[in-house]
Amino acid sequence: MKPPAFAYAKARALDHAIELLGVDGARLLAGGQSLIATLNMRLSSPSLLVDINGIGGLEGIALRDGRLEIGALVRHVQAERSAEIARHAPLIARAMPHIGHAAIRNRGTLGGSIAFADPAAELPACLVALGGEVEIAGPEGRRTVAADDFFKDLFETALGPRDVLTAIRVPAATADTRVGFAELARRHGDYAMVGLAAAARADGKAPKDPRLVYFGVGTTPVRARKAEAALAGGSLDQAVAALAQDLAPQDDVQATAAVKTHLAGVLLRRVAQQLEAA
Amino acid sequence: MKIVQDMPPVLSALDRPNSYIGRSVPRPNLARLMQGRGQYVSDVVLPRMAHVAFARSPHAHARIRAIETGRAKSAPGVIAVVTGAELARVMTPWVGVLTHLKGIKSAPQHALAVDRACWRGEAVCAVVARSRAEAEDAIELVEVDYEELAPVTDAETALDPGTPVIHPDLGDNLTFERRHEAGAPDTAFAEADEVVEATFRFGRHTGVTNEPRAVVADWNPGEQRLTVYHGTQAPHMMQNLFAKHLALEEHQVRVITKDVGGSFGIKVHTYADEMATVALSKLLKRPVKFVADRIESFVTDIHARDHRVQARVAVKRDGTITAFEIDDLTGIGPYSVYPRTSGIEANQVVNLTGGPYTCPNYRALARVVFQNKNVMCQYRAVGHPIATAVTEGLVDLAAMRIGMDPVEIRRRNLIADDAYPTSGPSGIRFEQLSHHASLDKVLAMMDYRALRAEQARLREKGVHRGIGLASFIEVTNPSAAFYGVGGARISSQDGVTIRLDAQGAIICHTGVTEQGQGAEAVIAQVAASAFGVPIARVRVVTGDTDNTPYGGGTWASRAAGIGGEAAWQAGKALRANVLAVAGSILQAAPESLDIRNGTVIDRETGRERIGLDEVARVAYFRPDTLPPGFQAELMATRHYVPRAWPFAFTNGIQASLLEVDVETGFITLLKHWCVEDCGTVINPQLVDEQVRGGVVQGLGAVLFEHCLYDERGQLLNGNMADYLVPMACEMPDIAVGHVVSPTADSELGAKGAGEAGTAGAPACVMNAVNDALAPLGAATITEMPITPSVVLRALGRV
Ligand SMILES: Cc1cc2nc3c(=O)[nH]c(=O)nc-3n(C[C@H](O)[C@H](O)[C@H](O)COP(=O)(O)OP(=O)(O)OC[C@H]3O[C@@H](n4cnc5c(N)ncnc54)[C@H](O)[C@@H]3O)c2cc1C
Repeated sequence: MKPPAFAYAKARALDHAIELLGVDGARLLAGGQSLIATLNMRLSSPSLLVDINGIGGLEGIALRDGRLEIGALVRHVQAERSAEIARHAPLIARAMPHIGHAAIRNRGTLGGSIAFADPAAELPACLVALGGEVEIAGPEGRRTVAADDFFKDLFETALGPRDVLTAIRVPAATADTRVGFAELARRHGDYAMVGLAAAARADGKAPKDPRLVYFGVGTTPVRARKAEAALAGGSLDQAVAALAQDLAPQDDVQATAAVKTHLAGVLLRRVAQQLEAA
Repeated sequence: MKIVQDMPPVLSALDRPNSYIGRSVPRPNLARLMQGRGQYVSDVVLPRMAHVAFARSPHAHARIRAIETGRAKSAPGVIAVVTGAELARVMTPWVGVLTHLKGIKSAPQHALAVDRACWRGEAVCAVVARSRAEAEDAIELVEVDYEELAPVTDAETALDPGTPVIHPDLGDNLTFERRHEAGAPDTAFAEADEVVEATFRFGRHTGVTNEPRAVVADWNPGEQRLTVYHGTQAPHMMQNLFAKHLALEEHQVRVITKDVGGSFGIKVHTYADEMATVALSKLLKRPVKFVADRIESFVTDIHARDHRVQARVAVKRDGTITAFEIDDLTGIGPYSVYPRTSGIEANQVVNLTGGPYTCPNYRALARVVFQNKNVMCQYRAVGHPIATAVTEGLVDLAAMRIGMDPVEIRRRNLIADDAYPTSGPSGIRFEQLSHHASLDKVLAMMDYRALRAEQARLREKGVHRGIGLASFIEVTNPSAAFYGVGGARISSQDGVTIRLDAQGAIICHTGVTEQGQGAEAVIAQVAASAFGVPIARVRVVTGDTDNTPYGGGTWASRAAGIGGEAAWQAGKALRANVLAVAGSILQAAPESLDIRNGTVIDRETGRERIGLDEVARVAYFRPDTLPPGFQAELMATRHYVPRAWPFAFTNGIQASLLEVDVETGFITLLKHWCVEDCGTVINPQLVDEQVRGGVVQGLGAVLFEHCLYDERGQLLNGNMADYLVPMACEMPDIAVGHVVSPTADSELGAKGAGEAGTAGAPACVMNAVNDALAPLGAATITEMPITPSVVLRALGRV
């Protein structure tokens, strides 16, 4: 398939990008790993692609005030190899190898992943599990949106049509931070059938303040709040049972809702073990 | 091994001094392809070339009330917008039937649907434009007024009286039916100690070639000739079909097939959109290019399998298998595919079931029905994976029922290696197979006992491993019995022409084609060996109906066995001709000479007598120095077709070791083994890689690949994200071993090897999964692909 005709503009700076987004039907182009496929399949037909790859200052990874800030243009491969991310955001480090294949990780960006908000993607779930936030620049200036409020619906986020996601921030891991990550995909590199990103604080026996965020089971990353409560209460069995209320997956070509719910339970048992490990 | 009294000092004809037979010679086309200098049809660009894209039916079954093309015609870059009715004036429709499949019927199929679309994805209107992108833009402006008709999607109910008949002229939805009975199956079942029954289901899947289907058609009105650059397996067959349906003579059509990016049987059929492209070139008097994109490939490349087989086996308590019975049902889409028909796969299932075993009693029923889904036809290992999975699944179930090891039941029933020639349960004839030697070899390679011990140890730790075996037979080197006798103009014979060039190198023209499998290498090896030159001095020309001997091309594992023998004979003939010239120059008896390493030598002493360059120089430039009346003939052609046997059956056995995660239903393939017997192995590396590639396609079938349709006939996963082709990360190491039983029908003794891997892999993985799960009380799995959901259901976990 060939994409329908579109115009292309390379943004020189953030302001320039925001200005170009004023054109009706304009879309940002980051790594292009999701966008170009939708163009080629004629699932979308933007009038103008605004290429942000040339904008400086969006590819940094830095620790500031106890938070790790990751620029929107950081490539998956860069994150995968980053010592800062391994140390301060080990959940993201664990998720990275599951994202697509090497060729995709070479081009795809963290900002693009969060902005695209595929419900089966790893990074949105990690961001929610870590209680992170999203930094946005728009025509009215800059603002910060908490991850819990960012993902609205299927491919729908708090980003407006003229907004640019500039960075994500997550609390840096401390000595008592515990994370767990697991996903099931039939082939390596595929989007997950079901996945779970989890974070908690170590506290003797049961993990404290666990955040269990599933992906591939809804229209957005899904927090399993009843399971979180049961887990905090020390009962893994009850947590697994609570998933039937927390999750309402749809049948898809890979699995029925019943299979997905079953697999979510299996993942919870596996991730709970990771949370317990120091 | 057949010994030919050709060269007394050496053991056999194949052991000539500088023979390449049996050596892993790197393929001559490797560097070219690795450097990106291949010549795929996708690369072809001609002056004034236009591009075509097709409006395709969004409905599985719909009447076309009207097509409004006005807006599309005035879109930028558009050259022509052509409907089915308009194209039908240039190209006649076709019907995919063969006379030897008694009673097979189908309806006329047009290059573009004329008044009815019969599957989701059938082309209904063509847009030709300067670029493919502009053609696709204009497609969105073609307005087709459809009246949706009730789709027939479920093969199980296709023959019910209440189901609409897709082609009313045919009377019903039955394409083809075959019944076969041998021996006394009723008595055998009545007298059996145990009868085991199962229903096997095989998912529809497709070939997913690296390079999609592609064609560039160039009608030259000045010459009144059509040149078609075509990614096909069978250039001469297509030449005939293009000519026939455009009302041309064959000499007016030239089909050129250079590099092809994988075929797997997908590219040996007539595709409506390719026929339309050729017709459009004739209509517009300019070159037109069509390259299928991935999305249209999924809804138009032939699909395959999609069988439901109810089967049972009768067994005695001592392990003797006394009868097989199968009832096969398959839905093949709305048309039987032209010209090979869509009846062949079911026919093969009947032929091959029970094939490895001594079992006199057999009953089979196969029914092939129409439905409103994409067409199905022959894909790598036609019918084999189905027959093998049914047979081997039943054999394992029988073994389990009587408490016998799967190896032991096979030992007791596989046809004995010294029983040949003999026949299989369906009457198919075997020249020489090696089931027991293959079984012994695979057990040694895998260390079967050690694996069983390890399996038991791990089972105690909650690790569930499975070991599965599958013996199989493979149809190769088909004679005219496959298609020719049914009236199809598909050549089973093939030819090779070899010419000495003016410096003593040779150029081989062959009717078999290169699909990426290495046919060029095999032809070069054989020609070099037969004639006597280093392989670097051999050029192979394939895929050009103007310039190669008439031949069938590449399918049914025939290129090496049939094309190879033709090359062997042509090489010998040219050698004799060259030695006649050399003898004349040297005043020596030609019988006292030979060619070795590009030099004419004394046969007895090996002493060098004259270089081939010198022979060529004299013959071509100083023929005046040769004796009067002597004419040098430095070009020789030979043809070959198997005559003694309808097919050169091969055999083998595969084994799988895998681990099942019983909580998630995920299967990890740990190791795979294949021992096969393709007779003389011309190039071990190419054979091994054919086997491995075939195994991978079989593993795709058993675990991943599935064209999922809904009840409206919509393909739900027709893209590379949702249709799961097997990928490297999930593939196990595949060990390959050989037993060699050459065919005596040819001097070369080579049979085919292209489909062995695909034939046996699904069955042995299915058996391994059941082996892993049986101790857990799981239901037996007899459906493919075996997804995590299937495993979880068998375990009762969902
Ligand atoms: C074969 C394949 C497999 C894949 N597998 C996975 C997988 O397993 N898991 C996974 O998570 N992803 C997977 N991906 C997607 C990949 O991770 C993408 O790179 C990512 O989702 C999008 O990032 P991008 O930089 O490529 O964004 P683009 O494709 O350039 O853009 C995607 C969307 O986000 C918008 N956008 C991009 N950047 C910004 C920004 N800074 N601000 C606002 N909007 C923005 C664009 O306008 C567009 O709408 C896969 C992709 C492919 C092709």
